[in-house]
Amino acid sequence: MSMTQNFWFLVIGLLFSIFFFLEGFDFGVGMSVKGLAKDEEERDMLISSIGPHWDGNEVWLITAGGALFASFPMWYASLFSGFYLILLFVLIALIFRGVSFEFRSRMHTARGRNIWEWASTIGSFCAPFLLGMLFTAMVKGMPIDKAGDISASFTDYVNWFSIVGGVAVALLCLLHGLNFIRLKTTGELRKRALAYAKPLYWVLYAGEVVFAVLVYVYTDFFEDKPLSTLLILVAIVALSVIAHVGTLLDHEKLSFFSTGLTLVGIVVLLFNGLYPRVMIANNPKFSILAADASSSPYTLHIMTIVTVSILPIVLVYFIWSYWVFRKRIQTKGVTHAE
Amino acid sequence: MLSSGISIVFLARWQFAMTTIFHFFFVPFSIGLGFIVAIMETLYVIKKDAVYKQMTIFWGKIFLLSFAVGVVTGLIQEFQFGMNWSVYSRFMGDIFGAPLAIEALAAFFMESTFIGLWIFTWDRFPAWLHCVMIWLVSFGTMLSALWILAANSFMQNPVGYMIDPKTGRANMVSFFDVINNYQLKMEFPHVIFGAWATAAIVIAGMSAWALLRNKTKFTDFWRKSIKVSLIVGLIASIGVIAAGDLQTRYVANEQPMKFAAMEGVYKTTGKSAPWAAIASLDTQNKETKWSLDVPYALSMLTYHKTTGAVKGMNEVNADLHAKYDKQFGKSINYYVPTKTLFWSFRVMALSGGWFALVSIVGLWLNRKSSESILRQRWFLYVLGITMWLPFAANTAGWMITEFGRYPWVVYGLLTIADAVSPNVSVASLLTSNILYFGVFCCLGIVMIWLAHRELRKGPDDLASLDQAVIDPYAREAFSK
Repeated sequence: MSMTQNFWFLVIGLLFSIFFFLEGFDFGVGMSVKGLAKDEEERDMLISSIGPHWDGNEVWLITAGGALFASFPMWYASLFSGFYLILLFVLIALIFRGVSFEFRSRMHTARGRNIWEWASTIGSFCAPFLLGMLFTAMVKGMPIDKAGDISASFTDYVNWFSIVGGVAVALLCLLHGLNFIRLKTTGELRKRALAYAKPLYWVLYAGEVVFAVLVYVYTDFFEDKPLSTLLILVAIVALSVIAHVGTLLDHEKLSFFSTGLTLVGIVVLLFNGLYPRVMIANNPKFSILAADASSSPYTLHIMTIVTVSILPIVLVYFIWSYWVFRKRIQTKGVTHAE
Repeated sequence: MLSSGISIVFLARWQFAMTTIFHFFFVPFSIGLGFIVAIMETLYVIKKDAVYKQMTIFWGKIFLLSFAVGVVTGLIQEFQFGMNWSVYSRFMGDIFGAPLAIEALAAFFMESTFIGLWIFTWDRFPAWLHCVMIWLVSFGTMLSALWILAANSFMQNPVGYMIDPKTGRANMVSFFDVINNYQLKMEFPHVIFGAWATAAIVIAGMSAWALLRNKTKFTDFWRKSIKVSLIVGLIASIGVIAAGDLQTRYVANEQPMKFAAMEGVYKTTGKSAPWAAIASLDTQNKETKWSLDVPYALSMLTYHKTTGAVKGMNEVNADLHAKYDKQFGKSINYYVPTKTLFWSFRVMALSGGWFALVSIVGLWLNRKSSESILRQRWFLYVLGITMWLPFAANTAGWMITEFGRYPWVVYGLLTIADAVSPNVSVASLLTSNILYFGVFCCLGIVMIWLAHRELRKGPDDLASLDQAVIDPYAREAFSK
């Protein structure tokens, strides 16, 4: 495998990591619109807290998809056609969630707003749950043929491993979102976010242990790379513990960055286990290797130049926008049409 | 390939058409609105007249609605290449993936970040800096169009590639050639002018309905909206016609089948070709039954002079068979959906001219010294109805471009039938088609309903303007 291929495998992993770190919290906030918030004003605060950011966060997914297409077209083609129905529902969830914030703010009645609040809650839950399922099923191994096409049945997508994976990712996003709410709000809402988060960590620990066992049972990660797999799993649990400690000490930043990094840890675990493959087949002979799935050296070269020159600029204004909105939400910012 | 009943190719094509058309209702509208809203805010910064702030906020709301729907439907676009067209993605990924990735990196981040900043920083940034935000959004939307059209242009006119003899896939050999594609230079200005014209005509049309409904309230606001939008509309419709003319001549050269179908020419014409304004085309027997001809006009259109023969579809068909039969077999059908192209072209071309005419008349009636636009109610009705036409024109334009590519997905390299995902079942595709259709209906209805209600409500009062844009992060808001 060439250096640029390795580099692009890393870039794809990095893009998905940033995506889960960022969109993870706005998924979590989206899920909390029903449930955590008690009244209209609190729901306004929640939505305002991610208002300037969620769209930009989602672009990391679009970029990851585009970069996957550009750098590993064989991977993109197999993955997207093979996980057809899961991706279909991911898209539907992202669509309804995506319009929900704008549409809700234009509604005149509580009933109208209610519809889009549910769209946000359900969509924000389903998207990370399904993505978690997808990635878990992907590393478990799929029936892939010689051409690289997946022809899977229902249980290849939906099984105990993928369900636990989906729940773990969705739960982590929820916790990450609650930590973001703690960081961005004041008063009752902030206190409630903390109170809700505390017991959830115990569920998370249970989930992580089950997930680790299932990784051992269902994947070849422990045979292939026992040390690194173990280390990453330990790091994931340790980060969750740190996030938990952050709730006990009322240290919001610690909690927020720890849950974010826990999500990143899961991406790292999967990509570490995948390498040097990009798709794992039930029949190891048909697993797709990064070396075979990539674009030509020329395209990778061009994409490297483009990325290295554009991404730093993007990061500057992206981070600047977070800096502009660094303060806590003070009150409602969503205006309602009267 | 075609099984009895519905085939996956049919369903995948249907889905591509449906998602592209729906997505492209909102894309040009958003590109144009972003541009015009940026102009309005610039006028506010320069003239410091509050009515321009009122305009920026009101039309900005419509822009945000359209932008939201455009973004979420765009997700489907990116994913469906891999989901429905995996063979195509493998074959073309080396070239096609790059502009898509660059679009996300260079344009989507810009749009999404600065739109977030624009919405929430009215109170925080000085007026000029706030105005810079919307210009960056507008610039981002146009940049996005550039990259996605670069990808589309390769499908229309593949350049800068070679077929890898080992894998049989297309490999990029010159990135510069891919973005320097002549097709792109023809397509991009046409699409951008079309987008400006779309938003301009819709703003003017909505304002016309508002003036018809309520004669006294906000008259100044609606008239100024008409003025700004129709100035853009006039420039854009002239631009779109000029760019379209260049593009048509280019198509005549590069994709003669597309061109002949647009003009409904089956038999190669004589030395000076007449233009069929309307015609009855017999697609079974491949002939024109009757037509209403304008002498010399087709030669004028194609070559900008009175003489010059235009190749008919029958001859082009023979040419294509001679050229490609060895590789793709004899049984392939090179005739594109002729009636669709023929009528789409007429809808598009007439719309362009109509927009220019309406803009001129509108600007004249709306001139400062006169109240005549308020009295000439017939014209307000015309303007109000015309606002739906850009959407038809945009759709027609893309139908020509994309149907005219038939039977290729990448012109001359890969057929549509060969490009589809082999492992996706009819049931999956049927499910996604039905769900997307439901989602589009839902989004379309909500969008029209909300825009209609904003229009009925009218702009925010000057007094409550500052209320409309509370900064949720500011301390002052808290103490209220």
